[in-house]
Amino acid sequence: MQIGSDLVNYLEALARIELTDTQREKCKSDLQDILSYIDTLNELDTSGVEPLSHSFPVTNVFHEDCVQESKDRDGLLLNAPFKKDGCFKVPKTVE
Amino acid sequence: MNYEITIGLEVHTELSTKSKIFCNCTTLFGGEPNTHVCEICSGMPGTLPLLNQTVVEYAVKTGLATNCSITRYNKFDRKNYFYPDLPKAYQISQLYLPVCRNGYVEIDSDAGKKKVRIHEIHMEEDAGKLIHDPWEDCTLVDYNRCGVPLLEIVSEPDMSSAQEVIDYLEKLRAILQYTGVSDCKMQEGSLRADINLSVRPAGQKELGTRTEMKNMNSFKAITRAIESESKRQIELLEEGKEVVQQTRRWDDNKGTSYSMRSKEDAHDYKYFPEPDLPPIEISDAQIDEIKSSMPELPQNKKLRYISEFGLPQYDTGIITNSIHLVYLFEETVKICKNPKIAANWIMVELMKLLNDSGTLPENINFNHSSLGKIIVILEQGKITRETAKKVFGEVFYNDVDPDTYIKDNNLSVMTDSLAIRTAIEDVLTQNEKSVNEYKGGKTQAFQYLIGQSMRALKGQAQAQEVTKILKDILG
Repeated sequence: MQIGSDLVNYLEALARIELTDTQREKCKSDLQDILSYIDTLNELDTSGVEPLSHSFPVTNVFHEDCVQESKDRDGLLLNAPFKKDGCFKVPKTVE
Repeated sequence: MNYEITIGLEVHTELSTKSKIFCNCTTLFGGEPNTHVCEICSGMPGTLPLLNQTVVEYAVKTGLATNCSITRYNKFDRKNYFYPDLPKAYQISQLYLPVCRNGYVEIDSDAGKKKVRIHEIHMEEDAGKLIHDPWEDCTLVDYNRCGVPLLEIVSEPDMSSAQEVIDYLEKLRAILQYTGVSDCKMQEGSLRADINLSVRPAGQKELGTRTEMKNMNSFKAITRAIESESKRQIELLEEGKEVVQQTRRWDDNKGTSYSMRSKEDAHDYKYFPEPDLPPIEISDAQIDEIKSSMPELPQNKKLRYISEFGLPQYDTGIITNSIHLVYLFEETVKICKNPKIAANWIMVELMKLLNDSGTLPENINFNHSSLGKIIVILEQGKITRETAKKVFGEVFYNDVDPDTYIKDNNLSVMTDSLAIRTAIEDVLTQNEKSVNEYKGGKTQAFQYLIGQSMRALKGQAQAQEVTKILKDILG
């Protein structure tokens, strides 16, 4: 698969970032390298191998269903850049 | 041309666990903004989620009750998107190995029994609430709901009308309520549905292009939205135009839907296995334990009511559709020992009170033993049917105790024939005209005199007795 400028623009939009033209070119060639490496990996026959779903051999780590006190609201909002009426304040979202 | 409508649903239901899915904050509805929130559910850096054990139990319960196979080894995945209702910028959900798969729910449609297949059920976290602030034209975010456990129940596109969708949702709601998995309060958003709908010319094999309407939370709105959207799609096809695959929002006030910003495709969510949560293994022993703790489900209850109590199919359908009506019915039967009479009171008098007051069965607020008590007193002949209805009204609105209320208001049936006769004689004196009409052969006048007499006796005398005395006097 070839990484084109359209795809880089699309990824920028999804990631909500804006790259400079130099960065775009760099990004394009990096992504191309990554994809070629995936192609290399794809040469390996993995038909009998279960997909790995977690790096540690641990399962069933749970918390019991009981309520503990939540964080106090002032503490919660302490680092919020903008707040109002006990809420986090953000730019208007599209409805 | 005839068209077929094809509908599939994604139902989100909030589980009635005490604490959230990945932390110990309360799941209580409402509360001051951001007071049910901690470092974990607000997505502070460096925190780790820990899965609520009961969420898994409830998911398995729901799966078993909807005939699904349980994925013994399942896990969570990360769904990435930027929107302020999720502070982590991703939702923890299940994509690759959902906890339940391949089930079905049976509905009684017009065309007989029909199976609506369940594609899968997965566990995930609910998002926060966005409040538009018109004063500053900005958005305020309340994370109280963020991290409340959800099950998403995905059906196959097996429904073909608004009525079938409602039947399916009612059945699903009953199952979720019977198993205690969710309270399903639609007005609080604990049961909401996304509707996937397409139309195609009758007989065509391939499905048409579908649209999705998100977050519908009332049966009425769902019905209207389905009718309007299928009409819109059929009109497009009739005009030779194409249906565009898109997400639409239903505006119930205007009765129309409109296109939302085009939605990201699945691959845009950049799903990957959730590294912060180890997988879940469900053993045979656990499944057996959950199976043995399962209550009688709606369908079985319905069949039992019909075979054991001889109740009509229609009545049992209405009663078993709501766990709240079931509670009341079973308590009433326990006291009055007569299922048919109990069902009758629920179907007639209770339904009337619910309708008149606009109350949902889940908000029934009186002592469940009261209806049974009233029926017993009535059957013993201690009060008249009129009085019984009146007392039940008081029970319904004010939760009075029937015995005390009857005693305090002297509502017991009048057994003193002489007193009844005196009262009737008074009525006759005051209604000389009707008496003469009756004597002149006008039989309707007799009914009028009975009515007047019953009124004078405040409905506390048995109608037969009144009729007898009246006939006796008038000769």
